[in-house]
Amino acid sequence: MQTLTKNQTLIEINQLNLFYGAFHALKNVSLRIPEKAITAFIGPSGCGKSTLLRTLNRMNDMIPGTRIEGGIAISGTDIYSGDVDVETLRKKVGMVFQQPNPFPKSIYDNIAYGPRLHGIHDRKKLDEIVETSLRSAVLWEEVKDYLKRSAFSLSGGQQQRLCIARALAVNPDILLMDEATSALDPISTLKIEELAQELKDRYTIVMVTHNMHQAARVSNQTVFFLNGEVVEYDETEKLFSNPTDQRTEDYISGRFG
Amino acid sequence: MPNEALSTNSSKQLVDAAKRNHAFRNEKSHLMDKIMPVALFLCAALSIATTIGIVATLIGETYHFFEQVPFVDFITGTKWSPLIEPKSFGIWPLICGTLLITVIACLVAVPLGLASAIYLSEYAPKKVRNIVKPILEILAGVPTIVYGYFALSFITPMVRGIFADAGVFNALSAGIVVGIMIIPMVCSLSEDAMTAVPRSLRDGAYALGATRFEVALKIVVPAAFSGIVASAVLAFSRAIGETMIVTVAAGSTPKLTANPLESIQTMTAYIVQVSLGDTPHGSVEYGTIFAVGMTLFVITFLLNILAQYVARRFREEY
Repeated sequence: MQTLTKNQTLIEINQLNLFYGAFHALKNVSLRIPEKAITAFIGPSGCGKSTLLRTLNRMNDMIPGTRIEGGIAISGTDIYSGDVDVETLRKKVGMVFQQPNPFPKSIYDNIAYGPRLHGIHDRKKLDEIVETSLRSAVLWEEVKDYLKRSAFSLSGGQQQRLCIARALAVNPDILLMDEATSALDPISTLKIEELAQELKDRYTIVMVTHNMHQAARVSNQTVFFLNGEVVEYDETEKLFSNPTDQRTEDYISGRFG
Repeated sequence: MPNEALSTNSSKQLVDAAKRNHAFRNEKSHLMDKIMPVALFLCAALSIATTIGIVATLIGETYHFFEQVPFVDFITGTKWSPLIEPKSFGIWPLICGTLLITVIACLVAVPLGLASAIYLSEYAPKKVRNIVKPILEILAGVPTIVYGYFALSFITPMVRGIFADAGVFNALSAGIVVGIMIIPMVCSLSEDAMTAVPRSLRDGAYALGATRFEVALKIVVPAAFSGIVASAVLAFSRAIGETMIVTVAAGSTPKLTANPLESIQTMTAYIVQVSLGDTPHGSVEYGTIFAVGMTLFVITFLLNILAQYVARRFREEY
């Protein structure tokens, strides 16, 4: 197991194996993901990078036939142990998906949905959360006069920032981004990347991307996956300029994938 | 000369052959393409013509009826006894009976149907759903006369066991059974609407720490709301139009009452009573069934418009 950077380890993945029925999707994955930094998972389609991401907030639990061996600890707590409350875990580990998926509600209600779930109903408090979350997602200035409008009136890029704001509204420690820019145009993508840079001072970000240039641009460390295994894990700069594994070099130089 | 004739002839043949063999020549018969739209249009026109025919008959006969009975008496009267002297043509007792049955039926069917739909769409494993849903749809195929006897021989004794003053024929038993009959419809249509809610919306809510119940109640149901309302209103119309169960179990006493334990008569049951009886065709008494039918038609028609309005008003686009 390798340890990187001066930042403290927040997520510790230990000898993780995951099976979808008979399919061995993740093989002996061990990683230490540092806090308050951006970690990127890269690799070709089907390499297990999204699967690993979804084990971190246990979204894989909902896929029938999934079996897990090994452990994942966040802040030292094994998130797969019996006494872990999945809802509380997901509150702490927010997620943004590939396609923007705002709820068919107003912009305001989209953000307020999470806090309300967790018992906040005070109007003033909600107003405050909505504003700070939208400010954090750099969307406030664009939507502050239209909070009652449907979330679907926003553009794709704005919708995705709304989804980020929605995730931030429940005050998570970790933000998972599952190819969060792949459905967006280049300018919206750039905005999300800039946003991620700003957020990493306060949140631990783990992003899956099929776009290695994006990983190179925004992440602090990068994990390269192939066929369910971690091939290489290093500082992003080092991994892209001087990879140790031949397969990594082949992938980042575009020879496959 | 013959040579020359031959050559012009053959060159003409060549041109013809070339014409026939060009790349876009007609390979298929287009006859079907010409016939089918006409045939299909006739099929569509037939059902429209039937509808127009029904409505026209209804309007014609109703108009005829109102030439003999004042419309105001019909629409404001509170006593319905068109067959017995002194005759009285106030429609309200029949409307009241119908609404009583329908409200009871919806109180039974909407909560139960919605709950089963939520179970099937959000909780049930695929295996269970694949078994339960077809069974539920079979329930919708049971002949209503069977439900009628079920009401009379099973529900009514139970109701009379609980409420001592309930009659042999009462609105409650019939209403409950009409409700049971329309549960599958509410369930099936609501479940379709809920299953159509995209997976990504559920994921978004789960990722925020929502429980299954919270996802069902606060994401899926609101997103499927227009479909759910549509299913409820359709069920309501179905209950209003239900005939056999109420004829068998609800009685034939037109009465302006809100007491579900009394015997009542619905509009449909009244029409059955007159159609089967020896009321002479063309008489005022016979004309009543068209007026009652027209009332039924107008009510269902208004309900459908209401349903469309409500569905549009509350639609959550996704």
